[in-house]
Amino acid sequence: MKHSGNRAFLSGNAAIARGAWEAGVRFASAYPGTPSTEILEHCGTYAEIDAQWAVNEKTAMETVIGACYGGARSICAQKHVGLNVAADPFFTVAYTGVNAGLVIVSADDPGMHSSQNEQDNRFYAMMSKIPMFEPSNSQEAKDMTIAAIKLSEEFDTPVMIRTTTRISHSEGIVSLGEREKAPEREFVRDMAKYCVLPHNARKLHAKVEERQKKIAELGCKSPFNRIEDGDKSIGIIASGISYCHAREVFPNASYLKLGLTYPFPAELIKKFAASVEKLIVIEENDPFLETEVRALGISCIGKDRLPICGELNPDIIHESLKELVDRPMPTTTPKATVDIPVRPPVLCPGCPHRGVFYTLRKLNCTVTGDIGCYSLGAFAPHNAMHTIVCMGASITNALGIEKAMKEKIHGKLVAVLGESTFMHSGITGLIDTVYNKGRHVTMILDNSITAMTGHQENPASGKTLKGEPTKVLDFAAMCRACGISNVHTVDPFDLKLLESTLKEALNDTEPSVIITRRPCFLLKNYKPRVQLVSINRAKCVKCGMCWKLGCPAIEVNPDDGKTVINSALCVHCGLCAAVCRPGAITQAKEEA
Amino acid sequence: MTTNILLCGVGGQGTLLASNLLAECAMEAGFDVKKSEIHGMAQRGGSVVSHVRFGERICSPIIRKGECDILLAFEELEALRWTEYLKPGGLVITNAQNILPMSVSAGNAVYPKNITQILAGMSVQTIAVDAIGKASELGNQKCLNVVLLGVLARRIKEVKAEIWPEMIKKMLPAKLQELNLKAFTTGWNLA
Ligand SMILES: Cc1ncc(C[n+]2csc(CCOP(=O)(O)OP(=O)(O)O)c2C)c(N)n1
Ligand code: SF4
Ligand code: SF4
Repeated sequence: MKHSGNRAFLSGNAAIARGAWEAGVRFASAYPGTPSTEILEHCGTYAEIDAQWAVNEKTAMETVIGACYGGARSICAQKHVGLNVAADPFFTVAYTGVNAGLVIVSADDPGMHSSQNEQDNRFYAMMSKIPMFEPSNSQEAKDMTIAAIKLSEEFDTPVMIRTTTRISHSEGIVSLGEREKAPEREFVRDMAKYCVLPHNARKLHAKVEERQKKIAELGCKSPFNRIEDGDKSIGIIASGISYCHAREVFPNASYLKLGLTYPFPAELIKKFAASVEKLIVIEENDPFLETEVRALGISCIGKDRLPICGELNPDIIHESLKELVDRPMPTTTPKATVDIPVRPPVLCPGCPHRGVFYTLRKLNCTVTGDIGCYSLGAFAPHNAMHTIVCMGASITNALGIEKAMKEKIHGKLVAVLGESTFMHSGITGLIDTVYNKGRHVTMILDNSITAMTGHQENPASGKTLKGEPTKVLDFAAMCRACGISNVHTVDPFDLKLLESTLKEALNDTEPSVIITRRPCFLLKNYKPRVQLVSINRAKCVKCGMCWKLGCPAIEVNPDDGKTVINSALCVHCGLCAAVCRPGAITQAKEEA
Repeated sequence: MTTNILLCGVGGQGTLLASNLLAECAMEAGFDVKKSEIHGMAQRGGSVVSHVRFGERICSPIIRKGECDILLAFEELEALRWTEYLKPGGLVITNAQNILPMSVSAGNAVYPKNITQILAGMSVQTIAVDAIGKASELGNQKCLNVVLLGVLARRIKEVKAEIWPEMIKKMLPAKLQELNLKAFTTGWNLA
């Protein structure tokens, strides 16, 4: 960690981890997901925090619940859609409450920088009746984590911290404190509290409603919910990053800056509204605060003017509320008039997934996809994916498609998912497929790491988050145990074997699994044999076979239309040599 | 007074380290600082951008269009992509390097020609440097980011000159310090 005296320059995620450490947190668990991933990675850097990667968000949530029952202050963190996976235990821990403090972080992704939807998880706080903090910067991220642990223990409730990408991944100056020594909390049997049988749950629900009222009252006095007096002609209610953006556009207005946003501090909202002439609620995505303001019978400007879709920024706020701003929009430098080609992410040179998509496309398969680096297989030039819904959906989507289309799709249908995704929520779908007599092919792309989110260890990598060696999951044995008779394991760089295996599997009348095994090219200790690849351009006939691989190192020379290999990017994986029929691209037999 | 600097480039070029160093130096110089960037999908060779803002008090971590003082572009096409953020008369520093996006290498789009001339035709100041060439001369293209940081640092009057090398020593592992200190000085003297 970068320290300079008692201050550090921290991302929101690093600040949450620091806050957890200072608050005496002893246990942390999560499944990675952008933008939340670094919270656990940072927790892992503190010797006093036992931090671990879970197999999915539900197992993470249940483990931290257990840990807090067991007496350890605990934290779990997930991206917004991760909370969907963990929702079941999440809703119930709201009833049981905690023993030691429990913080649950939801990192939302307005603008969908790396997500499949833009759900606004503040509504989870409302639906579960779990109190929620929304930090506006890294300092608050740290302070609120500490406050959340306190609140959790004081009111016997889990507490949610909701961030967004711009909080999680922006950095700011944070003042650092010492680690607090947490008091011992013994786990004593308390059936009425910890066993949510209907009889107990009815009583627990009533307790939750009482708690709601008390925390709402507290919210009206909390230093995290404050009125910042300014020009009374405009009053702005805002929380999280929206507050920061609003301040840029309306530096002189009055503010009700909310940090402990749920349960709504209704009395404070009423007081503030009464003190200003024009009330504006500035928030990203859905009208969460605005709906409450209106429910209190207060009229305001909000989503009638500000967009619901996408990330907010000062420019959008200014443009949407132009006539209320005392200065014009900044003059910009005009964009160049030439076409600027987009630069989307691509599979890395040497990526083990590349050959899989080449082969799927070659055999013209219908592919139900999943979420991971291999989602890039949906884009040109691979164009090899027909569906992507959520983690684990590839296998069950395929099962549904074959139930609907029957012989029309038999022999063509392949579900593709990574090993991390398979463990996360693919296994259940595979059992479902066997049980309900599906027959599609499932391909598990095992690159030994959760790559998409920045390379986190998982049960395929043989290492824990803290770097300790651990057991490696045997995928083939696991698939066999699920009832798959034909489990094939192939090296995805062996295109010939991959193709023949896939053909065989497609002809199978039983469901089958192909595990493609090769480490992610970016793995730190992966040292593949290097056999140099070169091109004899005189032999290139511009057939375009190598272009279909979508390797960033393969370029087309605009002058003669022939292939060039960019030597700065090529890692000599040999795939292009394998597909080059005229033999223009070749790979040395000897190791370099 | 707030200073707004946008660093843009292609995933893998080391914009993150450069923006970290810049932010830490501004903090060392006594300013409030915020920095924002998007991880995730941007990594695999996609466009990357970091916003760095420093001054007395910084609220939003995002630079507004038309308020960026200096655009530090690690790649020419990326410079073009972000010009709208520059204030009129702002400065754009470009590294003379072209990295082809997939659409271009596959022949489906054209990489604009004469980007330095296009930039020169805008109402901004331009500095074009062959930082990638200099990094190669130093024996490691990876230090491109610190060469560019050197070019940038010379234009940031608010941060004292000695803070930069001190921060490089503080933030980088011992074995990378010598190369990066050289890279920084090379950049400082480049333009
Ligand atoms: C419910 C949920 N949790 C987390 C994520 C974030 N996420 C996207 S892909 C991925 C894992 C990908 O790992 P793997 O399946 O092994 O594929 P790889 O990227 O390694 O190719 C994760 C964690 C998500 N999209 N949804
Ligand atoms: S990070 Fe690994 S798995 Fe992801 S695209 Fe790159 S090589 Fe492939
Ligand atoms: S060998 Fe071919 S496919 Fe592999 S990285 Fe080099 S150019 Fe790309």
